Amino acid sequence: MNEITVFIMGKGYRVPAGLTIMKAMEYAGYRLARGCGCRGGYCGACATVYRLPGDYKLYADLACQTPVQDGMYIAQLPFTPAERPAYTLGDLKAEGQTLLALFPELARCVACNTCTKACPQKLEVMDAVQASLRGDIRGVAEFTFDCVSCGLCTMRCPAEISHHHVWQLARRLNGAYLTPRAEHVQTRVAEIAAGKFKAELDKLVTMTKDELVAAYKARQIEA
Amino acid sequence: MGTYPREIQESIERVEATRPARLATKPARLTLQEQETLLKGFHPDYRAEGKRKLKVGASWGEPVPHELADLLEAYPLLDPGAVDVTKPDLDVDLLVIGGGGAGTVAAIWAHLSGVPAERILIATKLRHGDSNSIMAQGGIQAADKPHDSPAIHYLDVLGGGHFTNDPKLVRAMVEDAPELIRWHEDLGVMYDKAPDGTMSEIHGGGTSRKRMHSAKDYTGLEIMRVLRDEARSRGVPVLEFSPAVELLTDSQSQVVGAVLWNLETGEYTVVRAKATILATGGWGRLHIQGFPTTNHYGATADGLVLAYRVGAKLRDLDAVQYHPTGAAYPDQLVGLLITEKVRGMDAQPLNRLGEAFVHPLEPRDVESAAFIRECLPPEKGGRGLGIVTPTGMVGVWLDTPMVDMIHGKGSFERALSSIYRMYIRFDIDPTREPILVYPTLHYQNGGVVIDEHGWTGIPGLYAAGEVEGGVHGKNRLMGNSLLDYNVFGRRAGIAAAAWAKKASPGTPSLAHVRRYAEQLQSAGVAPERKAPILLPEYRGEKALSRMVDLL
Repeated sequence: MNEITVFIMGKGYRVPAGLTIMKAMEYAGYRLARGCGCRGGYCGACATVYRLPGDYKLYADLACQTPVQDGMYIAQLPFTPAERPAYTLGDLKAEGQTLLALFPELARCVACNTCTKACPQKLEVMDAVQASLRGDIRGVAEFTFDCVSCGLCTMRCPAEISHHHVWQLARRLNGAYLTPRAEHVQTRVAEIAAGKFKAELDKLVTMTKDELVAAYKARQIEA
Repeated sequence: MGTYPREIQESIERVEATRPARLATKPARLTLQEQETLLKGFHPDYRAEGKRKLKVGASWGEPVPHELADLLEAYPLLDPGAVDVTKPDLDVDLLVIGGGGAGTVAAIWAHLSGVPAERILIATKLRHGDSNSIMAQGGIQAADKPHDSPAIHYLDVLGGGHFTNDPKLVRAMVEDAPELIRWHEDLGVMYDKAPDGTMSEIHGGGTSRKRMHSAKDYTGLEIMRVLRDEARSRGVPVLEFSPAVELLTDSQSQVVGAVLWNLETGEYTVVRAKATILATGGWGRLHIQGFPTTNHYGATADGLVLAYRVGAKLRDLDAVQYHPTGAAYPDQLVGLLITEKVRGMDAQPLNRLGEAFVHPLEPRDVESAAFIRECLPPEKGGRGLGIVTPTGMVGVWLDTPMVDMIHGKGSFERALSSIYRMYIRFDIDPTREPILVYPTLHYQNGGVVIDEHGWTGIPGLYAAGEVEGGVHGKNRLMGNSLLDYNVFGRRAGIAAAAWAKKASPGTPSLAHVRRYAEQLQSAGVAPERKAPILLPEYRGEKALSRMVDLL
């Protein structure tokens, strides 16, 4: 087995090459509770920073998606303290100043782009900050749709912005107020409330298996 | 090219050599008889040795996978004699166990039903939102287009479940579905829509109408994070890293809360509650029959264990959902889902020799069985023609370059962009190289028996989401898991809130656990086995073999 050395919080361990950071820590004997969630790149629990030998840069990525490299220095971030102001969506308007009023620290952005470099999803994080400042809620929502709230940008930000909370509010404002409702959904909800399908369902729930199989086979399949 | 190890490269050369001839042909579809033979021979559910009948409890005699039976026929992880549960540390109206989709929806609807936020507690094993709910990609079903109806949705669900579903649960699900989609719109979920607001809806496997609503291919993430934010706005308290290790009962055999255990400090907390909702998710991390899984880290069937000890009935747990195409390489992606659409766009499954061995679009269980037959060694009845990866996984090829060859350059990246990005991250270009796949453990079809209000039949105990059974029968259709947790999370939240208003819980006790342990002893269960397991064991063998507990 081809083994390499990784330094978990500064302590060296020999692990098989090709493992993810997460699996390498487990191989070394760590039982994870913090720093491990979906293990598939969706939940953002496993934010990790690392350095490589002979390289001044501090890298940031998800432990479940990043292979180990020889000589890697690894530290997981167990938690990202981040301020989320109290709000109720129904009390807010999808207007230019809404984000800045709740998250005034957005104005402290110095456009250093460190957030963008830290993003494991390779999102244009700084562009989303700038869109927030312009009051472009839809722009923020679209820029940040693939955000997994790992908090890495927040931990690196010199302006101390709690990015993922800003993005969450922007997406909800966009979904609730800046996107037209589906009229056909409203219609169907009203039809169900009026009992339009009641008789048909009353009949279906009492059908024998043979009757159900026949009805199932007779379905028309939408092209 | 060149990201695959050399021994795998040789197999890719064979794939490339057979490709020109394969572009025009496909293996014939199997007859029903051939399908049945293949299933009986190779589908994990048909392996009698994979299951055993439960020898204790309310579902005595029911067959379940050994991996689950080992947890149900197991002694309490927490010694009932080691804790004093008679003096609650916390006293609430509603305890929700599990902070995924079902638990969060239940908490919100209990609040909407009049339970004050501070009288609700969500206790969850990992973080709020860490769940299978957040990982769902494809979408959520609801019959809300003019040419569709709840009745048609109902038939699709029953057919998918081989007519084994509980009719009243299916009815509840299909009738509530459009209302929940509307609720999501109110909350600000960004569904994929036409400019006028019309939902973009597509087919899923086994649907007769296009009713799959999606939010790009992050549908689960988008719904879960909006629900979590709404729960935060409402001020619902959440205890993270605090799994329930046992339910509590009183002298009337009502469930009156749970014992939580702090995963980090080891401290226990006794929570007394007028009503308790189990929303603990599924069992993917049990790795039934050794399969990898699409599931999140905490999917260890804790809720089934706890519910069974208080006398709840279980159903359909003999049926395991395996998705045929889980990633088998690189190691970082093992078990993750590769959508069926890749085969829908003409990529063929191939063995090590580059031979097509099954039609790409057989039913999921049949397709999975064919992959398994191809990979199993001859001494186990298989063909031994799988491809072995450097970490010892085995898989078959999915010949992804065929997609662009048949549908035109750029088709793959356009139509399958998330899969494309997933592999490009690991320097594998699926438009130029095939990918390795193998069936992956995806869903717990069955679970705790409930009625249409999420009630388990035990006073004070409700269940919602993947932990419950009956909605999907023996087989769930794509897009009905997100719907299930919304429908039954809401129903359980409302019903539990109503119960909490009139309930009078007595002194909490673990008497049911002691009784259950006595039954285990009578049945001759060895004392070493403990449950719930809370987390899967992934530590390296070498490290584990030298570990000693000193402090």
